[in-house]
Amino acid sequence: MGSFDNMKKHFEKGGKLEKLYPLYEMFESMFFVTDKRTITGAHIRDHFDIKRLMFFVIIAGLPALIFGMYNAGYQYYLSQGLTPGSQFSVFDCFLQGAYLVIPLIIICYAVGGFWEILFAVVRKEEVNEGLFVTGFLVPLIVPPTIPWWQLAVAITFGVVIGKEVFGGTGMNVFNPALVTRAFLFFAYPASISGNGVWIFSDKTIVDSFTSATPLAVAMDVSSGNIIDVLAAKGYSWWNMFTGLIPGSIGETSTLLILLGGIFLIITGVASWRIIVSVFVGGFIMSSILNIAAPSSSSFMALPFSYHMVMGGFAFGAVFMATDPVSGTATNVGKYFYGFFIGLLAILIRVLNPAYPEGMMLAILFMNAFAPLIDHIIVSRNIRRRMKRAAN
Amino acid sequence: MTNIKLKRGYNINLQGEAEQKILNLPLPEKIAIKPTDFTGIKPKLCVEVGDKVKIGTPLFFSKEDERIKFVSTVSGKVEEVVRGERRVIQAVIVKSDGKNDYEKIKIPSKELTKHDVIEILLKSGLFPCFIQRPFAKVASPDDTPRDIFISTMDTAPLAADWNFIIKGQEDSFQTGLNVIKKLTSGKAHLVIDGKRKDISEAFSKANGVEIHKVSGPHPAGNVGIHIHHIAPIRNRNDIVWTCSVQSVILIGRLFESGRLFPEITVAVAGSYAKNKNYYRTILGASAYSCHCSDDMSMDAYRPDHSKVRYISGNVLTGREIDFDGYIGFYDNLITIIPERENWEFLGWLMPGFRKTSFHRTFVSKLFRSKFKFVQTTAMSGGNRPFIITGDFERVLPMDLYPVILMKNIITKDIEKMEGLGIYELAEEDVALCEYIDPSKNEFQKILREGMELIEKEG
Repeated sequence: MGSFDNMKKHFEKGGKLEKLYPLYEMFESMFFVTDKRTITGAHIRDHFDIKRLMFFVIIAGLPALIFGMYNAGYQYYLSQGLTPGSQFSVFDCFLQGAYLVIPLIIICYAVGGFWEILFAVVRKEEVNEGLFVTGFLVPLIVPPTIPWWQLAVAITFGVVIGKEVFGGTGMNVFNPALVTRAFLFFAYPASISGNGVWIFSDKTIVDSFTSATPLAVAMDVSSGNIIDVLAAKGYSWWNMFTGLIPGSIGETSTLLILLGGIFLIITGVASWRIIVSVFVGGFIMSSILNIAAPSSSSFMALPFSYHMVMGGFAFGAVFMATDPVSGTATNVGKYFYGFFIGLLAILIRVLNPAYPEGMMLAILFMNAFAPLIDHIIVSRNIRRRMKRAAN
Repeated sequence: MTNIKLKRGYNINLQGEAEQKILNLPLPEKIAIKPTDFTGIKPKLCVEVGDKVKIGTPLFFSKEDERIKFVSTVSGKVEEVVRGERRVIQAVIVKSDGKNDYEKIKIPSKELTKHDVIEILLKSGLFPCFIQRPFAKVASPDDTPRDIFISTMDTAPLAADWNFIIKGQEDSFQTGLNVIKKLTSGKAHLVIDGKRKDISEAFSKANGVEIHKVSGPHPAGNVGIHIHHIAPIRNRNDIVWTCSVQSVILIGRLFESGRLFPEITVAVAGSYAKNKNYYRTILGASAYSCHCSDDMSMDAYRPDHSKVRYISGNVLTGREIDFDGYIGFYDNLITIIPERENWEFLGWLMPGFRKTSFHRTFVSKLFRSKFKFVQTTAMSGGNRPFIITGDFERVLPMDLYPVILMKNIITKDIEKMEGLGIYELAEEDVALCEYIDPSKNEFQKILREGMELIEKEG
């Protein structure tokens, strides 16, 4: 604490580094819960704050990240034609995975942090914790092969256009992590879609190895039962549920994502209303499509249990749709918001082959509609009151 | 009679409840009447320093309505007029001469009309006991309230127990009710705790009033919640008055004796309070006489102000006072809690065994029901825009969206404020929202700004 006190004077009003006070404040409050006291209003305040809120999202995502790292390495060795166990160990996987994933995390925090701090300094506000989560989530929703410079450009777009131009964390309309991913998707489609990006590999690829994601496989089935075709490519339900498959870093293991989701629901950090509604919406849409499916080889015939474990569906439901800022504010609204996300995600995924990852677009779309849903619900509340006033 | 069971709300388990033991305090050396206690009142002095006053002599009155007077509660001399920024009067301090001189108030022996009652209340200085909704400010004697609400259950943290205070004053309370019910064109509503067994008969068998049962966690005891569920406020002209049990007793005594009898009962509570008891003293008395143990001189006792906070009222809505400051006009509680002192290394990621929280991110949540916590005046976090959603409704048992209302106050959308229910709220109703908000927004302050705006322009 002593060294902080010594430094503080330089950052306070009149000090040499006065302009950088938000930066100082950020580090200070990162390490210490400040000794700020209540001045007006309630004399005591809940110990819960935004830092802790964000921190709990990260705890929930850590299993998916750690597994994602392992999986990135694992997929790499597989693509080299090596056999797990004998030719490479679990430790090798982690090492290789860390080599792939950790730079992405550093880039997100460094570049995003730069913008975040710049805006805080210019606005003379405290640095917001929002990036804490955004910078953590973005590496989880990109392929391990993403070029670093593209990630840096995308996170810049996500933080500046997705959030800061609206006024910073709490004011944004869209989820900044998803804006980042959407930017990558539309600006550099070759880096985030197709079959070649999901596994990092050196030049000596074994010819027979394919790295098409389950979604790409499902889209291309021409004959036979779609489930059997997936299984033949190594995408049995269990494999996709546990997550040892190619895909975005944090999105492959539905099991660990759901564990994170349960943690978020128990701690009350994420809304169970949204998470459950997303799954219900997805279930209903895929059931409708199942009925309408022309044959068992059609993508439309895929049951919800498979949709749930493929692509970014589960990750989106647990970590993206639940962002309180870009979602609906009313509890009733959360049911509709989540439901339509699930519905649209499956609809886009199945019926629009240009966008195999419907989840991202569904959430961004519903982000835009969240204020409308709230408006309808709040208007009903206002009407109830007005009716009473008229009597 | 209605029986309302509220589920939403939250009781903050704080250490330091007052023991149910009443001590009589000697007449305080000084009292202060603080214009800042009275919302919506601009004071105009009618005494000068050095003037002799009696119990019931007006000290100042309202600039807008000169009939509303604020009177001395001791006989003695005006010692000081404390002024703040721009010379706004903060307090009028009267030094007691220990005598019992009082202004006589004639109570006609005939059946009293509403007009008579108002005249007597105005003259005695007890009229400001009535707070009106909407706007949660001192009532106007020209209004006839649609209803009057009295809550006998204070659910705020460490609150004084009216069922205990009422003991021995039951008759005055009933007299007070008889008088008060004349003021309204509708009913006087008395709300009792629906869960408790040991409710004083003065409440449960009160005559001439409509009795309602309400139960649930804080803020279930707030009159605003009762009004919302029993007879909601419809628009800005739909005026309801509220008043405390203490005020009813004071009014009752006034009409029994023909003079202001300003004796009140105050609880002293909080983890840093030494003598947690109930004290009999008088309106406006120095808080010091309540919380100081008698074997110490004042200076020996003077605490380090950076370590202890004295609050007149409860921890959610009360006002900070000096340790030798004065009890607020409407308060029956002095809460003494530790100030925030230490820095805490990486405090935001600790499991939190000893930290109380509404949210489920602290381990303490597991054994919350048994444990009484010490809480300091720490902000525990920086001010951020509104981020979390859905939790505020869980601590405000009304059909109302507090954060959306706050946002519309900030953007000054008067029509929306009306529609979203600003008329139904007082600061105390949103105090819990302020407490649980991880973004540390000032709900009470924002609400008051909204009420001031809408009163001026709406």
